[in-house]
Amino acid sequence: MVADEDKVFKALADASRRQLLDRLRHKNGQTLQELCEGHDMSRQAVTKHLNLLEEANLVATTKRGREKLHFLNPVPINEIYTRWIGKFEQDRVQALHNLKQALQEKDQ
Amino acid sequence: MSDFVYVTYIKSTPQKVWNAITTPEFTRQYWGKAMTSDWKPGSKWDMVNLDAGGSVNMTGEILESAPPSLLVISWVKPENRGDKSETSRVTFKIELQGDMVRLDVIHDQLQPGSAMEQGITSGWPRVLSGLKTLLETGNILVDLAAYKGGCSAAA
Repeated sequence: MVADEDKVFKALADASRRQLLDRLRHKNGQTLQELCEGHDMSRQAVTKHLNLLEEANLVATTKRGREKLHFLNPVPINEIYTRWIGKFEQDRVQALHNLKQALQEKDQ
Repeated sequence: MSDFVYVTYIKSTPQKVWNAITTPEFTRQYWGKAMTSDWKPGSKWDMVNLDAGGSVNMTGEILESAPPSLLVISWVKPENRGDKSETSRVTFKIELQGDMVRLDVIHDQLQPGSAMEQGITSGWPRVLSGLKTLLETGNILVDLAAYKGGCSAAA
């Protein structure tokens, strides 16, 4: 269960798994049932993806009664971020990101 | 109410992780704040800014304390002390798994869409990465004393 970096990158290298993380970012603490809704993926496929995400420590789970709740855990992504983005670059990187967001919103 | 769960694995011991969370000399290095309390149930805790005035950034009460494995605290801005709707809860669970320590931080009883929620969601990943790096390498991840964003700024 100890997440290493390879597991994180492998887990992120799949559109369905990134979509599951997006859904948790939108609404944290969802059950398997909730995460299956509105998906063309089978329950088995979603379970498999969630297990991989949990092994990479990108998803954390807690029990509530008989239900298992899934939470987005961005800590490993933060470690990757701080590894390559130095303290003095953070403001500039953020400024570029904000600029891009603003320009893209304008175009829509 | 909305909940957040953050997990990190650290090459360390439960006692060292407990000390890193509850000792001001430690927390100021990776959190950029001094966490002060006697950490006994019913006691108060404060998150103190490192500026000259030593203003209190966040405060609360110790709800449960079982060193070195469990710490539950209430979490509220000093100006909102006593206001239940503005008070959330933070649980630290420290567990040895093989040769690693699994640290869970559960922040719940938050108001959805609040500034506090926004603050903690950018704050905890940064604080936990810093804690891990400090314990594993002895290095400070970024100069958090100079960092104005994230958890504490929104608070």
